[in-house]
Amino acid sequence: MACRFCFWVFLSRFRLVFFVKKLNLCLSGSKGKCGTFMFELIEGLKAAFRLVITFDPELWEISLRSLRVTLTALLIASLIAMPLGTYLAVQRFRYRRFVIAIINALMGLPPVVVGLIVYILLSRSGPFGVFNLLFTPTAMIIAQVVIITPLIASIAHQAMRELWAEYHDLLISLNTTKTQRIRTLIWDGRRNLLTAALAGFGRAIGEVGAIMIVGGNIDNVTRVLTTAIALETGKGDFALALGLGFVLIGIAVVVNIAIHALSRTEREGRW
Amino acid sequence: MKQILPAIFALFLAQPGAADGMRMAVTTSFDNSGLSDVLLPVIREDTGIDVQLLVVGTGQALRLGEAGDVDAVLVHSRAAEEAFVAAGHGTHRREIMYNDFVLIGPADDPASIADAQTAAEALLRIAAAQAAFVSRGDDSGTHKAELNIWTDAGLDTETFGAWYRPVGAGMGAALNTASAMQAYVVSDRASWLNFGNTDGLAMLFSGDPALFNQYAYLPVNPAKNAAIKHQEATALEAWLTSPRAADLINGYTINGETLFVFNASPE
Repeated sequence: MACRFCFWVFLSRFRLVFFVKKLNLCLSGSKGKCGTFMFELIEGLKAAFRLVITFDPELWEISLRSLRVTLTALLIASLIAMPLGTYLAVQRFRYRRFVIAIINALMGLPPVVVGLIVYILLSRSGPFGVFNLLFTPTAMIIAQVVIITPLIASIAHQAMRELWAEYHDLLISLNTTKTQRIRTLIWDGRRNLLTAALAGFGRAIGEVGAIMIVGGNIDNVTRVLTTAIALETGKGDFALALGLGFVLIGIAVVVNIAIHALSRTEREGRW
Repeated sequence: MKQILPAIFALFLAQPGAADGMRMAVTTSFDNSGLSDVLLPVIREDTGIDVQLLVVGTGQALRLGEAGDVDAVLVHSRAAEEAFVAAGHGTHRREIMYNDFVLIGPADDPASIADAQTAAEALLRIAAAQAAFVSRGDDSGTHKAELNIWTDAGLDTETFGAWYRPVGAGMGAALNTASAMQAYVVSDRASWLNFGNTDGLAMLFSGDPALFNQYAYLPVNPAKNAAIKHQEATALEAWLTSPRAADLINGYTINGETLFVFNASPE
């Protein structure tokens, strides 16, 4: 046994040396010797680092726009989806199963289709053309709300159903009204709803298909991180595209940590 | 802490500003070439117009014009443009500048198209060698130009085998695909020169008059809806055909190569 372990250590040390050598080649910018994958990845990390430490004003602007659009969409979608999901858990009505099935199915809605439908509705030759919303951040928010509402509602419903099974007898025996029951469930199930909201945030911040169509990726107006990544990929500038991608991942992580910190979840003595 | 959360949300809430400035749908080559970055700030300075670009293929650009969602289009597909004006979607067509299409392929040139006499002959050689060929396949100006050359060569792309690969994507994405597959591809010169991921690819053929690529400006018919900014579109046309535009367009180079040649005729 011990010997096998020795061999493993020996092997892994050898691998480590090899890796470090390769890394040095990559960092010194010789593409041929370090392999395309490693090279692009490291160039991407370098680009991300450069963009962040220099406070690149354009990066700052499109990142803030990404956050604004997505957080607004998340807020609106949560206000619709959370009561809806809870209502579906509490209330029995004739087409309940059907509504739940539809919401679950809509979770898989292709963003491009949502984008196209919102585009047709908001186009100046469409029914809501007079509002002149196409190619504005508002149009992007509308598309994202459509995309993430079913997702949040579905996860919320799932969580609330279990909570309702627990609370059912208590709330019925207290003779609560329907609104009181829904409010109790939403408050006591807030941690689960937070998970639902974070799932919605994740889907919205990384979405590109719909907002490309309804936003148009206009510089300084509707360009966000994901559409900028698509643009740079199209230009063949993989390093910058990857760099923006790392920034996007970083923002998603920071937002998740911030929300957990602010709502004091995942701490000792709590859940 | 709970009071902070809404405040943070409020900070990030979108301020949906009404759209100002005019919108122009342009082809990917105009933007990917980097020319737009040179022209737009000067346009803003000279005319006060904030031009917002929607970078799409020619097919989609004309479709946006047809719906009245943009105020003008700048594209490169003569037949489609003339049909657009004839159908009453645009007021008129004004030629602005030209460049040319080039044939890109693997540097070792397996179909040996580099010494072909014409573009049609080059494509015939690719077809004969059944070398991998990436087509835009997205109804863009470049795609239409490519189809025209195949027609000149007397071939029908519908009958081609698996070596002919329509990707249905923009110029950059098609070049990325060609780079990964080591395939031939038709590109406009500007996009090619400005393209970053040229691994193993080289420009193999250019210079045939059949590869001529004319860009034209079409203001959208203001009768479509009240929101169309026809005044700005007219002012932009005047600027795009001015000597100042000519200097900037002719003077724009990448690695010493001129990308576009101004050829607007004075009215």
